[in-house]
Amino acid sequence: MEVFSDKLDVFWNGFLGTVQMCLLAAVGALILGALVAVLRISPIPPLRAVGTAYVTVFRNVPLTVVMFFAAFALPLLGSDASFLKIPGLRDVIKPLGTDLPYFRFATIALTLYTTAFVCEALRSGIGAVPLGQAEAARSLGLSFTQNLRHVVLPQAWKLAIVPLGSVIIAMVKNSALAAAFGVIVTLMGVVDELVSQQYYDAVPVFLGVAVGFLILTIPLGLLLDMVERSQKKVATR
Amino acid sequence: MNSVLYDAPGPRTRLITIIASIVAVPVLAYAAYRWIYVPLDQHHQFDGKIWAPIVNPGNQYFPMVWDRWQTGWLNTLKAAGLSIVASLIVGSLLALLRRQLLELRIFRMSPLKRLGLNSTRSATRTWVEVWRGTPVVTTLFFVFMVLPVWGIDFDDRLWFLVIGLTLYNSVVIGEILRSGMDGLPAGQREAAFAVGLRPWQTSWLVLYPQALRVMLPSLISQVVVILKDTSLGGLIISYEEALGVSKQMVEAFHSYNIDIGIPMYFSVGVMYIVVNYALSKLAQYLQKRLSKSGYKAVEPPVTALVSQAEASAA
Repeated sequence: MEVFSDKLDVFWNGFLGTVQMCLLAAVGALILGALVAVLRISPIPPLRAVGTAYVTVFRNVPLTVVMFFAAFALPLLGSDASFLKIPGLRDVIKPLGTDLPYFRFATIALTLYTTAFVCEALRSGIGAVPLGQAEAARSLGLSFTQNLRHVVLPQAWKLAIVPLGSVIIAMVKNSALAAAFGVIVTLMGVVDELVSQQYYDAVPVFLGVAVGFLILTIPLGLLLDMVERSQKKVATR
Repeated sequence: MNSVLYDAPGPRTRLITIIASIVAVPVLAYAAYRWIYVPLDQHHQFDGKIWAPIVNPGNQYFPMVWDRWQTGWLNTLKAAGLSIVASLIVGSLLALLRRQLLELRIFRMSPLKRLGLNSTRSATRTWVEVWRGTPVVTTLFFVFMVLPVWGIDFDDRLWFLVIGLTLYNSVVIGEILRSGMDGLPAGQREAAFAVGLRPWQTSWLVLYPQALRVMLPSLISQVVVILKDTSLGGLIISYEEALGVSKQMVEAFHSYNIDIGIPMYFSVGVMYIVVNYALSKLAQYLQKRLSKSGYKAVEPPVTALVSQAEASAA
């Protein structure tokens, strides 16, 4: 148990790294996911096909394969993802600015993978809006964009909150995989550093790492339960 | 929903779409050529040398590569099958246990018994929250490193993978089934009580079979997740499944100075897409058959949607 008093800073840095990666990937996936969702419901068939293809590919491939591609193919394409070294942001989120690209690669892989699920969550929200709403809007003469903007989306995003939240929770857990691709400064990287290299007892280290993840996932889950319950109450009223 | 949002495209829109596509295709093709093909080609990623072991039956490595893949996929299916069965059984037991603990509350009992009941309830709740909130990667690594220390060791790494996947997925499936049972119309449970069934009989004979049907979509997407998650076995505990053998082969070819990484992971990615896509099509077919057989699906509760979204672990 002395690992906690000796190496608390290692745990803290790992936790911070995981939080940073998750924040970046969450923002990225929400934006991209919204774009892909718009593609998937657009009136233009080729755009729909592009959206559907994206979701089919990324839903059915393990995240491990996506990470392999980010780690192997991006350097071959001559990119070390330095476009993510955004001035200002890289001062707040230090790993973005480093020379080693692995943090950026893993973030890109996590973002691309999560995007597909964000898109599906948004679509499920749109599908849950009662059909009569869109029909009424159409009968009033609203166009596709007006219909989405003023009638469907304002209702859809509320219905999508709970599934979106679960996607984000799953994403936090998926970020653990980054450690296997050379991203040391995350919670799972702590295991590698302390157990595999410094031979600390595995059980307390795992306990610490698990607590780190539970700190992130359980409150999010409880928050979602609350939202869901309040929505149910509104629905039955 | 889609079709309600817009009219079927008229002649003018169709024309614009076609013209835009005709313009867009060459532009995209050029972009792909310029930023994907050329850099990859410069790194010799399209050389026959690195693709031949996969696509050319005449190549000396070809039989070895496909033989390894066969072993890998068989191992993947074995691990996935065992984990799915184990998770379904353990998950069902967990869901029934949690329901039973909930039902027993209605009986009058001594304070000591009540304390026991309450602590069992919070113990199962904690069990669920802990395994559901921890990444599979962490669980798997934990199982692999800690179980042997505690004297539980296996010669075959398959069992570590199965235990790790079952710990996570049984809890998720348990919650899917439990929310399915909770979401059924209250009349089902009340009627069962009224005809004199005991609480466990109510859960097992009346609620559980219906929950299984209502939550079928969520259960199937969880099955896809289990199949995808077996790929962690190759990465973390060096179990020889489809991705694991691909990784081994990439490393082996590397020692011959052949960098086969891109063709290998590309091919295995395509295989995963085919397998998982087929699995989800099979699921849709099953669902359609269920609805054809005159069974009218109860509207799945919101939690069904949630667990479907949850079904995105690596």
